[in-house]
Amino acid sequence: MRYLPKSDDERRQMLAEIGARSIDDLFAIIPAEYRLGRDLNVPRQQAESEIIAYFRAAGQKNATDYASFLGAGAYRHYRPVIIDSLVQRGEFLTSYTPYQAEITQGTLQAIFEFQTMIAELTGMDVANASMYDGSTGAAEAVLMAMRVTGRQKAVVAATVHPEYREVLHTYLRYREMPTALVGYHNETGRVDLEALAAAVSSETAAILVQSPNFFGVIEDIPAIAEIAHAKGALLIVSIAEAVSLGIVRPPVEADIVSMEAQSFGVALSYGGPFCGVIAAREQFVRQIPGRLAGQTVDGAGNRGFVLTLATREQHIRREKATSNICTNQALVALMATIFLAVYGKEGMRELAEHNLAKADYAAKTLSALSGTKLRFKGAPRFHEFVLQTDEAPAAWSRRLLDNKIVGGIELSRWYPELRNCTLWCATEVMPRETIDAAAKVLAAAPVEA
Amino acid sequence: MNLDTNKAEAKPGGPHTLGKVRTHPTQNEALMFEKSAPGKRAYKLPPLDVPAVDFSSCLGKAYRQTPAQLPELSEIEIIRHFTRLSTWNYAIDLGMYPLGSCTMKYNPRVNEFVARIEGLAEAHPYRPESLAQGILEIYDLLQRCLLEITGMDAITLQPAAGAHGEFTGILLTRAWHESQGNPRTKILVPDSAHGTNPATAAIVGYTVENIKSNADGGIDLEGLARQVDENTAALMLTNPSTLGVFEDEIHKIADILHAKGALLYMDGANMNALVGKVRPGDFGVDVMHLNLHKTFSTPHGGGGPGSGPVACKKFLEPFLPIPVLVRDEYGAKHCTDAGDWEDTNAEPTADGCPPLFRAPVLKPDGERVGDSEPMPLHPLGGRLRWEYNRPHSVGRVRAFYGNTGMFIRALAYILANGPDGLRQTTEDAVLNANYIRKKLEDLYELPYKTPSMHEVVFSDRRQAAHGVKTGDIAKRLIDYGFHPYTVSFPLIVHGALMIEPTESESREELDLFVEAMRSIAREAEENPELVKTAPHSTRVSRLDEVQAARKPILRWKPEKQ
Repeated sequence: MRYLPKSDDERRQMLAEIGARSIDDLFAIIPAEYRLGRDLNVPRQQAESEIIAYFRAAGQKNATDYASFLGAGAYRHYRPVIIDSLVQRGEFLTSYTPYQAEITQGTLQAIFEFQTMIAELTGMDVANASMYDGSTGAAEAVLMAMRVTGRQKAVVAATVHPEYREVLHTYLRYREMPTALVGYHNETGRVDLEALAAAVSSETAAILVQSPNFFGVIEDIPAIAEIAHAKGALLIVSIAEAVSLGIVRPPVEADIVSMEAQSFGVALSYGGPFCGVIAAREQFVRQIPGRLAGQTVDGAGNRGFVLTLATREQHIRREKATSNICTNQALVALMATIFLAVYGKEGMRELAEHNLAKADYAAKTLSALSGTKLRFKGAPRFHEFVLQTDEAPAAWSRRLLDNKIVGGIELSRWYPELRNCTLWCATEVMPRETIDAAAKVLAAAPVEA
Repeated sequence: MNLDTNKAEAKPGGPHTLGKVRTHPTQNEALMFEKSAPGKRAYKLPPLDVPAVDFSSCLGKAYRQTPAQLPELSEIEIIRHFTRLSTWNYAIDLGMYPLGSCTMKYNPRVNEFVARIEGLAEAHPYRPESLAQGILEIYDLLQRCLLEITGMDAITLQPAAGAHGEFTGILLTRAWHESQGNPRTKILVPDSAHGTNPATAAIVGYTVENIKSNADGGIDLEGLARQVDENTAALMLTNPSTLGVFEDEIHKIADILHAKGALLYMDGANMNALVGKVRPGDFGVDVMHLNLHKTFSTPHGGGGPGSGPVACKKFLEPFLPIPVLVRDEYGAKHCTDAGDWEDTNAEPTADGCPPLFRAPVLKPDGERVGDSEPMPLHPLGGRLRWEYNRPHSVGRVRAFYGNTGMFIRALAYILANGPDGLRQTTEDAVLNANYIRKKLEDLYELPYKTPSMHEVVFSDRRQAAHGVKTGDIAKRLIDYGFHPYTVSFPLIVHGALMIEPTESESREELDLFVEAMRSIAREAEENPELVKTAPHSTRVSRLDEVQAARKPILRWKPEKQ
């Protein structure tokens, strides 16, 4: 086996030095009746060339030559080449969690830089080293708010990503933490502020909203914060599209921000690995889940970095920990860090502008067709929009697929009331010709008698 | 940031500088923010091919007036910055990384290559299933392989890491107990367990009851029998234990639990000792997680990403997180999202894939026929799809379907090994640990004499007599060019040195490690100060963790003007 650095002779010699007659001696403790007396029934050993051929074939079956207007929590952005050059350095790739600070300063300094950039972008004081993804991050943020406030109820906007809400539901399943769901305004697609105010009480630990929300609409964060804070509740803002922060005002009134950083240079990879992160106001730092890198000095006064405030974590506090999270998304956070370094202060704005412009053009072009209309026009959007069509999406999406275009995703899957409504996304990598081509195909609806 | 704490700035060049020489930035790389200058660029966007928008009026109050203070750097500076940082890390690629319970094995490079294949890396999670069959075939084959390796009946790949897998597994446990009429109240956790076990039990709403290890470091059967009652939901057991010891009475443990209606959860962190030799499903485990980033070679990446699939017995299958992957037979009808029954695409596609397994097949009436029967090399029939209609499911544990990039890597590893390679891997891992044990047991105290599997745990008792603790020995190992072992864990061993070499170490590397450890044992007697002040060879010396925690500085801030 090509990964194993031993000859059979060496194995025999080592066994002899241990005093074992054969390798079976070392497994003698396993009761005979449970030992597997046969080969595992997995595919035979494959050559490297065969492995590549297998995965290439699988990749080709995925039909790579389709243009796509899919977004909804997973976004296609250009990934600068140096991201993969750098994260594939063995010193990053094959290193463990930086518990031994003296020989992991590289990872630790990069985490410190990540935390700094996330804090800058979100308008929060501090950020952690990462969470699994945006969905689990949002759920952990709600649990964090519960610890901070000592309250047991949460109010959640229906415009939060439906799968994030499902994950939250799973996390709260055995917490006796009732959640109230608040609907959205029919014209703006924003959370219904009146209903929100009515749902929040002095028992509410947190309001969870997403902005830009699942419809691509930017929520009125200052107004929502006022509602939360009036009752002593925390405001958690979930951000599924991190690139929006290049041009959208950060949710500075929030108490906790849970962000999915996939858009920062992370491949779609059929939904993972992505990169969640929790940022918060400084006073809540001891209730943040997950790892934190902090600055300190060594014996000679040199600046250095360590994992800190570990008394929050499971390996110290066990059942009293802030979370059971251990492994996080470190290498993906490093991708995000490099991405942010590449775009920098000016590039993030320019990138976000391109996204907004493309989506604005797509929304105008597609909604100008007869039989289509743009929903939720009454509020600002980033790079997603909801299109309502007279024709059933099943019909036109088939036509688009025939033209190698994947159109918007049907919303009735999660919002039954939004019949014939689809969510479209156009990022900076969407060519104008594709938008025009999609419009042409959409317009070709057979005229109903 | 208060730069007073940054003595490196106050004293350019750091501690090793003689005369006017200033250490090159390779050893003194500043933070990115400190290298930034307005106008430097590392990006160029193509010209905008759609009309520009008045962004400020378009967003109104939601417009960001002040850009985030991100660094402004050129591409070469970014390359050098992260390359320099990388050289401050230790890594498996540099040498032995014997962290017990972490399984720091070789991360094959072909894994990285195939995970980046365009059709896989660029697949959107919501693309139509008809355009995602290639990825779903990968999911399916990996699931089949993992079920065969564990001897279990059903699996979810959704959990993002080991602790997330534990969470999922205990959710299944709880959901099953509820279906039996009583969720029960407590989870038993051995005192040798990973911290994630009790933390997990707590977040699923259980109280945690510790069980004491016996003199061999294993589960005390009599004690267990006394503690298991009608309120016990499960025992969370790591097997082999964190001492590297196989619970040879595992079947009795399972019997005691099952007699009271409790389940046996296995933490699969140490599965590297078992693959191809023995299967948890065969020795009484009801539900378990795997760590693809340990046993199946996906890279640790400085702390993640991981992947923690959960495998279970048949009776727990209805509770698995949604969605669940199913395969419809050709010609079978399946229910569309719209609730209509439609024919599955009957076109078999020639894909030239290596031998695959038959996924669970749903007959037209939805009944399951045939499980993992091996299949020869030819294209599979049917169509894979996600099934959401699972009324007993515990729900989702994350968005989308799982850390797909890790599944690709883990499957590449399994394919590279085959049945013979997987077994040889396990044997070599156990051989290496026993070799280290044999070569060090005369100098380091072995608190448990039970046979070792893939890792060996010593204590620092003899060295502590000279004031040298396990943490000191670990730091001194750095000077010898090795990453430390796991320090002070498991908690049941005072001053533990937990050593897991994995199969990836050659005899030469093991001998170098043994030599280093023996040399440190001598130093501990003859020159304990040398060990207690280690490491002496690193860029920074021991860092002040107390200061870091007392006044946390968690981000850089510009100096106040």
